[in-house]
Amino acid sequence: MISTDVLIVGAGPAALFAVQQLGLLGLKAEVVDNLDKVGGQCSELYPDKPIYDIPAISECTGETLIKNLMKQIEPFNTNFHLNERVDQLAKEGTKWKITTNRKKVFIAPSVIIAGGVGSFEPRKFPLKEAEKFEDSGVFYSIRDKKYFDNKKICIFGGGDSALDWSIELSKNSKVVLVHRRSEFRGTSKNVETVNKLKKDGIIQIETPYQLNSIEGDNKIKAITIKDDEGKIKKIDTDYILGFFGLVMKLGPIAEWGLNLDKKHIPVNTESFQTNKEGIFAIGDICTYPGKLKLILSGFHEGALAARECFKLARPNEKYKFEYTTTSKNIHERLGKKYI
Amino acid sequence: MAKITYIEHTNKKHIVEVPSNMSVMEGAIQNNIPGIDADCGGSMACATCHVYVDKKWFEKLKKKDEGEEDMLDMAYQPNKFSRLSCQLIVSNELDGLILRMPSKQG
Repeated sequence: MISTDVLIVGAGPAALFAVQQLGLLGLKAEVVDNLDKVGGQCSELYPDKPIYDIPAISECTGETLIKNLMKQIEPFNTNFHLNERVDQLAKEGTKWKITTNRKKVFIAPSVIIAGGVGSFEPRKFPLKEAEKFEDSGVFYSIRDKKYFDNKKICIFGGGDSALDWSIELSKNSKVVLVHRRSEFRGTSKNVETVNKLKKDGIIQIETPYQLNSIEGDNKIKAITIKDDEGKIKKIDTDYILGFFGLVMKLGPIAEWGLNLDKKHIPVNTESFQTNKEGIFAIGDICTYPGKLKLILSGFHEGALAARECFKLARPNEKYKFEYTTTSKNIHERLGKKYI
Repeated sequence: MAKITYIEHTNKKHIVEVPSNMSVMEGAIQNNIPGIDADCGGSMACATCHVYVDKKWFEKLKKKDEGEEDMLDMAYQPNKFSRLSCQLIVSNELDGLILRMPSKQG
């Protein structure tokens, strides 16, 4: 069990700046994110796209922004719990008890939800039957590639994940690569390799096809694929792998008894607290009259939420507003010499 | 300004007037039309504003660029009439546009 001042859900820009604001107030935060890296949408959706509306930074990419935010919070030695999703939230005395999908438990007086548009999860096959076989015959990621040795495998998708795994698994298995159109969007090196493997008769490529049905009772026996004209082909296979990128889902947060407005959490604009005391929401996931989904709004929201978190974490201390230019306390927390 | 017909997968129709230069996605969001999520807010990064354009309108639209085609790989049940509605910019020429939304976006 980890006791902390604030648990932050999400590790995007709003969350990272909230860590900084909490740190300046002397509060310790722990951060949980379902992705394998920090940065949220900045890292996952647009690492190379320039952003032009961060105050005082005329142009920077998503990746650079996150790198700079991480540097800014270095003095606070924050723990990041990545590849982990918050599942349960329960009241424990005056504090909140948060449990992750890996059964890690946090106790904190405040929780800041900076979950963006929800957690990123693999996009799945639209077929109902695919659910039945999930994790036994249908997979969206590969943990142990040996599992697929000497098997018949159909891989769906047109990006680098689909191409990488087609190349890798074709070494020990029979691979059919299926994609909804003839062009692949992977790197040219991957596309060349896959085309060469096809020429050499090592892998089979089927385009433009999409999954139509799965046959088999306890185990997948075969699948059919269909093109836009309705032409159907049958392929014998043991496993199906789908690589369609990630989709954003609100996930367990929706079950926490918070007021929701579509996929957003309404907050008050004084402290960004939700309808539950000690639960805050900042960044893209929160909503209020006039809400702008901009990174800079997330920064402002985190700064105000941090002050309310201080009151809950230090009920016997008086909150005092201080400037970073002049406060000795802040300089100490940042590891700077007081001038 | 264009009159646009958005048809939900249940066949429920929404006919609204959308000002020029707005995207077809924004037209749906501002009129609270369900079926278009637009999680990324129009930066062509999520494929949750996917629509099927009516056959006779599909050819009249400005062609999709490579980025949109790539994103459509991730859309839910795409077909050859699939577009991302954030990339369709409204003009007088689109008056009468008809599109259908998939049964879900993710």
